[in-house]
Amino acid sequence: MPAHPVELRGVSTRFGQTWVHRRIDLAVPAGEVVALVGGSGTGKTTLLRQMVGLLQPAEGEVRLFGEPLASGSRADQLARRRRFGMLFQQGALFSALNVFANVAFPLREFGIRDEGMLRDLVLLKLAMVELGPEVALRMPAELSGGMVKRVALARALALEPELLLLDEPTAGLDPDRSAGFVRLIRALHKALGLTVILVTHDLDTLAALATRVAVLSEGRILAFGPLEEIMRVQDPFIERFFHGERSQAALARGREQG
Amino acid sequence: MRVCLAGDWTLRFLGPRLDALQGHLRGVGGGAGWDLSGVSRLDSFGAMLLWRHWGRRRPEGLVLPAELEGVFGRLAELGEARLEARAPYRWLDGTAQVGRGVFGFGRHVVQFVALVGQLCLDLVYLLRYRGHWPLLEISANFYKVGVQAMPVIALVGFLIGVVLSYLSALQLQLFGADVFIVNILGFGIIRELGPVLVAVLVAGRSGSAMTAQIGVMRVTEEIDALTTMGISRYVRLVLPKVVALTLAMPLVTLWGSSMALFGGMVSANLQLGLSFDFFLNALPRAVPAVNLLIGLSKGVVFGLLIALVACHFGLRVRPNTESLSANTTASVVSSITVVILVDAVFAIATRSIGLPR
Ligand SMILES: Nc1ncnc2c1ncn2[C@@H]1O[C@H](COP(=O)(O)OP(=O)(O)OP(=O)(O)O)[C@@H](O)[C@H]1O
Ligand SMILES: [Mg+2]
Repeated sequence: MPAHPVELRGVSTRFGQTWVHRRIDLAVPAGEVVALVGGSGTGKTTLLRQMVGLLQPAEGEVRLFGEPLASGSRADQLARRRRFGMLFQQGALFSALNVFANVAFPLREFGIRDEGMLRDLVLLKLAMVELGPEVALRMPAELSGGMVKRVALARALALEPELLLLDEPTAGLDPDRSAGFVRLIRALHKALGLTVILVTHDLDTLAALATRVAVLSEGRILAFGPLEEIMRVQDPFIERFFHGERSQAALARGREQG
Repeated sequence: MRVCLAGDWTLRFLGPRLDALQGHLRGVGGGAGWDLSGVSRLDSFGAMLLWRHWGRRRPEGLVLPAELEGVFGRLAELGEARLEARAPYRWLDGTAQVGRGVFGFGRHVVQFVALVGQLCLDLVYLLRYRGHWPLLEISANFYKVGVQAMPVIALVGFLIGVVLSYLSALQLQLFGADVFIVNILGFGIIRELGPVLVAVLVAGRSGSAMTAQIGVMRVTEEIDALTTMGISRYVRLVLPKVVALTLAMPLVTLWGSSMALFGGMVSANLQLGLSFDFFLNALPRAVPAVNLLIGLSKGVVFGLLIALVACHFGLRVRPNTESLSANTTASVVSSITVVILVDAVFAIATRSIGLPR
């Protein structure tokens, strides 16, 4: 794997007249868990969409696994897309397919035809996100909000990605399940050396998982580094985000888990 | 026998060579000893492949590095998880399918009647509380289904008129009965073709849009949001569409029929040399005015039915994309069928009105 699975070089984003990002430089080192934090509406989701090529930057360049996103033949691009998994903020499950078919979909597309193998793999992925076989035949509309998140995570994990992009993975999960999520990501990270980029407002999870933190504020990356370093940066946003009473308690809890 | 594995056992690496690999695995007999200490990376796909080969248990004499324990631990925990199997197809299922179809149709009828009944109740309510009429929505819908439909209806109507007139003129010329083109076009278009043609266009254009709109609001829970605000979906969503289309359809029909007549007139002028003056003077004498009334009443009824059918199917959409597309299709097909059935009823009911004897 290249040293930086995701690299943004001077990326700017504009919607109409408003600039959401201004010349963002960010290189995510391989094997790190990077937490992307920032106030609501600062463009975290938009930045993830830039990374996976759902949005074209107005300026700058995005490199995935060391190459520009749209480079190479169709087969190369497809192979590149299969190396990462993305969890969308709203889940984005296929509403016409049941849970089983949702998770099996990328595997079938990959070319796994053996139904027995498929079934075992899907049930394993569901078990990894603490869902039993009894939900496998339900439709997405019949799931709770937190279950949607977990099925979407199982789908993102289906192709054993080297890079995971997670948009608020623990929003809507109970504390027990959040802890389970932390354990799962930590185990995958240890076993396979995954690179993870996660957007989160959940400081417990952040403190427990993140090896680095990127702070997005006013359209640029304010700071990027290990949590301890970030905590020392003098800035009103960081002050409010990390140093409030509730934040301190959450961070302490997370460190205990970590 | 002793099997030593090495290298990457990951989906990315194994995927392209899966068939060959499974061939190799099959070649390994039961009592083999396994040594995984050379494996550099093992993901859950590779682990699952081995696990299934081992018959879902650790083989005897397995050498497993400590860092791989986790993956196999998870597999052992999973055990023999089973999906509910789907029951196999039996010949009785065909009968059940027919029965379900019949009951399904029955439910459609009941729900449709319930929808109409609910609208009537809401109308009574709105007669008492004048201020609650959704006038803004009615006007917006009127603009969408009426005004914005005018160009396409004009184009289609004009062309149909030209074609009809051209074909009829060819026949009439044989008999030297040129002037009867006015009767043929007048009766055909004003009484029959105009209303049906416009209804088919509107069902395809506005009926589908109504079903899709209400359906998407179901998918995205917007209807639930309205309900929690105490706003009736019937008053705010269904009624404006029904009222607007019922009011707009006769006008759109008039517009469509006029355009078709205009097309016919132009064509008759070119083909038969009938002047516009003559055509316009002969039309009221050939076609009694009551035919226009019949045509416009058809417009009202068709508009009402199309909107009701569209809303009926829209409210049946379940929150997934498949159901949305199925209901939109069903909405258009049903409303066109209903329009043609009702047109036949009209033809029988008005058979002694406005026709030359
Ligand atoms: N398609 C779009 N068109 C116009 N503006 C957009 C679009 N998508 C996002 N925006 C704007 O870009 C900004 C960033 O949005 P984004 O969804 O990335 O926020 P976020 O950081 O993920 O917020 P949250 O934490 O609430 O999820 C917002 O101000 C939003 O209004
Ligand atoms: Mg977001």
